[in-house]
Amino acid sequence: MLASDWGGGHSPFAVNWPKLMMWLFLVQDTLTFAGLLTGYGVMRLSLGRWPVQGEIFNIWLVGFMTFILICSSATMAVAVAAARRGVRELVVRFVWLTVLGGLMFLSMQAYEWTHFIREGARLFGNPWGIPQFSATFFIITGFHGAHVTAGVIYLFITVLRWTRGRIQPESIEIAGLYWHFVDLVWVFIFTLLYLL
Amino acid sequence: MNETEHGGYRIYVLTWFWLLMITMLEVGFVLVHPIKVLLAVVLVTLSLMKATLIIAFFMHLKYERLNFIYAVVSPLFLGVILFFALVPDALNVLHLR
Repeated sequence: MLASDWGGGHSPFAVNWPKLMMWLFLVQDTLTFAGLLTGYGVMRLSLGRWPVQGEIFNIWLVGFMTFILICSSATMAVAVAAARRGVRELVVRFVWLTVLGGLMFLSMQAYEWTHFIREGARLFGNPWGIPQFSATFFIITGFHGAHVTAGVIYLFITVLRWTRGRIQPESIEIAGLYWHFVDLVWVFIFTLLYLL
Repeated sequence: MNETEHGGYRIYVLTWFWLLMITMLEVGFVLVHPIKVLLAVVLVTLSLMKATLIIAFFMHLKYERLNFIYAVVSPLFLGVILFFALVPDALNVLHLR
């Protein structure tokens, strides 16, 4: 068994080509986010002082954003399982719910950004005296928000194509991988940028 | 990967439940204002637990072949190496200030 697992062949990983490519993309994207978050950590450690996020951000709003993203990840997981079982209607319903979750998340992020900007935060400066604070916030949450936006568009196109019978269940699974990744990255952003 | 390995939809509800529980635990822990080092250790540990749940069950990595799991997870250690390679420099800069 072990020899066959490691012996190469046509499909040594036993996953289809598009899924393997999506995983490779996600691994490299993880390293991009790891670089951003490491940069943030190193900058914060080297400065020795940092504004108290609990006094600036609304922790309940961000907690609710996290709740929405977790729910949307769960609905996407159900959609993937339904696709594999051939329950077409359930796939459509749960992917739309996922899209709705993504849109809700983006709306709340837009509200949070607006509030932060109105308080005087800019990319290269802010009233709390540490320019890196708002710079890292805008860059990291902005980069993640761009991923969420891309994910919503991706899911929107995927569900339309699924409705028209143009794609296979594997495509739903691959779209699901991307969406779960968005949730996965937020786990660390939530902890490092808002809670710690 | 087959359906029985997934145990129906129940596994997703369970994963969702535990993700919410851990998130509430994180927020609750922040609100009691523990010392910074303890806060960092606990929050990072809880985040890693959440990440493991998402990768294993939502992304189905638990049900893939072992060689594929190694191929996906091993590059992530580069991120850990990156962090621990740069932290001494950051602390050095802090002490020079």
